[in-house]
Amino acid sequence: MLELQQASRHFGGVRAVDALDLKVGESEIVGLIGPNGSGKSTTVNLVTGLFPPTSGRILYRGQDLAGVPVHRRLGLGIARTFQSIRLFGHLTVWQNLWVAQNSPEDRARKGFFPRWLGGSAGVRGEIGELLEFAGLAHKQDELAANLAFGEQRRLEVARALATRPKLLLLDEPAAGMNAEEVGQLRERILKLRGRGVTILLVEHVMELVMGVTDRIAVLNFGQKIAEGTPAAIQADPVVRRAYLGGEAA
Amino acid sequence: MDFYYGMAQIVGVHTLLGLSAYIVLLTGQVSLAQAGFFAIGAYAAGMLTVLAGWHLVPALGVGGLAGAVTACAVGFPALRVKGLMLVIATLAFGEGVRIFFFNFDYQIARGDITIGPLGGEGFRQIRFFPENGWTTAEVMFFIWVFVIIVMLVLWWFDRSRYGAVLRAVGEDEVAAQSVGINLTAVKVSSMTIGGAIAGLGGGLYAHYTTHIEHSSFNVLVATFAIAYPIVGGLSNVLGTLLAVIFVQVFLVEGLRFLGDWRNLLFGALIVLAMNLRPHGLLDAQALARVRRLFGKDRGA
Repeated sequence: MLELQQASRHFGGVRAVDALDLKVGESEIVGLIGPNGSGKSTTVNLVTGLFPPTSGRILYRGQDLAGVPVHRRLGLGIARTFQSIRLFGHLTVWQNLWVAQNSPEDRARKGFFPRWLGGSAGVRGEIGELLEFAGLAHKQDELAANLAFGEQRRLEVARALATRPKLLLLDEPAAGMNAEEVGQLRERILKLRGRGVTILLVEHVMELVMGVTDRIAVLNFGQKIAEGTPAAIQADPVVRRAYLGGEAA
Repeated sequence: MDFYYGMAQIVGVHTLLGLSAYIVLLTGQVSLAQAGFFAIGAYAAGMLTVLAGWHLVPALGVGGLAGAVTACAVGFPALRVKGLMLVIATLAFGEGVRIFFFNFDYQIARGDITIGPLGGEGFRQIRFFPENGWTTAEVMFFIWVFVIIVMLVLWWFDRSRYGAVLRAVGEDEVAAQSVGINLTAVKVSSMTIGGAIAGLGGGLYAHYTTHIEHSSFNVLVATFAIAYPIVGGLSNVLGTLLAVIFVQVFLVEGLRFLGDWRNLLFGALIVLAMNLRPHGLLDAQALARVRRLFGKDRGA
C-alpha cells in the first residue's frame, strides 16, 4: 500500500532519513521504532508531504507522491497525528472533527453550499460516533485547549479518523500516557485494523509496539538497521545494541 | 441631531472596513491591503454614479465586486508569504493603489464644469445623496442596512463549517493541511470576501463624504482596519463594532475637548485597552457573561 524506495531527507549535512526502504501492506500494522533523532518523525513528514524527499521515491498504491500537496494526500486516504499535539485549541472538540471532514466521500455526498455553509445537523451522527470511539462524547462542547493531555491525544486520533483514512500514520500516540491509557490505545488501534485501516505506528512505548504490530522496522541515524516480527526484533542483537540498550538485555 | 447621524455613518463605514479585515484575520493573516480595496470600491462606485449616472445600489455592487476581484488577484501571490512578509506585501499593494489614485485623472466635461477624479486634487462632487434629496438620517439608515446585512452574513459564516475552517487555518496551518484543508483556497476566499466588504464600504464612504482623494486611503486607514478586529476581539463580529465605537466615538470624538492632548491619549488608551483585555474588548468570557445575562447560556 505504501512503499518508500531509497527515500532520503537531508537537512544540511544531517541525514535525517537515509536511503530508507520500507513497505507497508494493505491492512497491516507496521511499527517504526528507533532512538530519538533516528528519523521516525521525518519519515512521517515525508509520507504526508510536509517536505519533499531529498532523493528517492514514495509510492502510495503504486502512485508516486512527488509533488502531491499535503491536503491532496489526505484525499488519497493518508492521515496522520502529530508527536507534539497540534489540535485547533480554540475550536471545540466537536468542531475539531467537523473541520476534518475532507474525505472524497464527504466532498461528494453534499453540495458545495450545504457542505461549507450548512449547519451542523447533517453530520451530528457521524461525529458522535467518532466521539464515542475516542471516549470524548461528554466533552464535545469543550474547547480542545482545555482538555487533559490524554484526551487531547485521543482527539488527535479521532480527528485523523474523521478524514476517513485508509493509511493512518500515528506519530508517538502513547507519549506521556499511563499504562491504563496505553492499554486503551492498544484496543483502539486493533479496532481500527478491524475496520480495514492500515497503520504505520511510530512509537517509543515498547509494550504498545510489541503488542499490536505485525512487523517492525528499526531506524538508527536515519538508516534501517533491522526489520521483522516483534519477536525477531526483540531478539535481534543489532537492535539491542543500538536501541534497546542494556536495560532490555 | 445631524451630528449624531453623521457619527453613525462614520461608525457604519468603519465597521465595514474593520469587518473586511476581521474575516482575513480569522485565517491568521494580517493584511494592510484593506485600505486599497476600500479605495478601489470608493472610486469605482463614485465614478459609476457621477460619470455614468448609475443608481447608487448597482454602483455599490460593482464597487464590492471590484474590491473582491482585486483581493482575489492580490491574494494568490501575496498569501504565499506569511507573517511580516505578508504585512509588507499587502502594505506595498495598498500604497500602490493610493499612488495610482494620486495620479489618476479621468475627467469629462458636464456643461461648463468638468467632473471626475483629478489626481492629487481628488474626486469631488460625488453628489448622489444631495442630488436625490436624501437627508442625513436617510443616508445613515441606508449605510446601516448594509452594515447589518454584512454582519449577519459574517455571523452565519462564523457558525458554519466554513467559519470553523477559517479559524482552524488561523490556529495551525500545518495541522489544517494535514486534515485535508486547502490553505490557498481558504485564505484566498477569505481575502476575496474581505475585499468585497471593503469595496462596499468604500462605495458608501465616497458617497457620504462626497469628496475622496488619495490620502483618504493611506496607511493610517489600513492600520485602523486591522486594529478594529484586534481591539474588539475575534470571538464574534460584534467585537469589531464595539471597537469602532470605542475608537471613533469615544477616542476620536469624545476626547475632542482635550485638544492636542487627545492624540497623545489616543495611543495610550489603545495600549491600555489591549492590556486590560488582551483577547479584545469582546472576548469569550465577556460573551459568556452576556449570554447568561440574557438567559441564553446553553451550558457546557
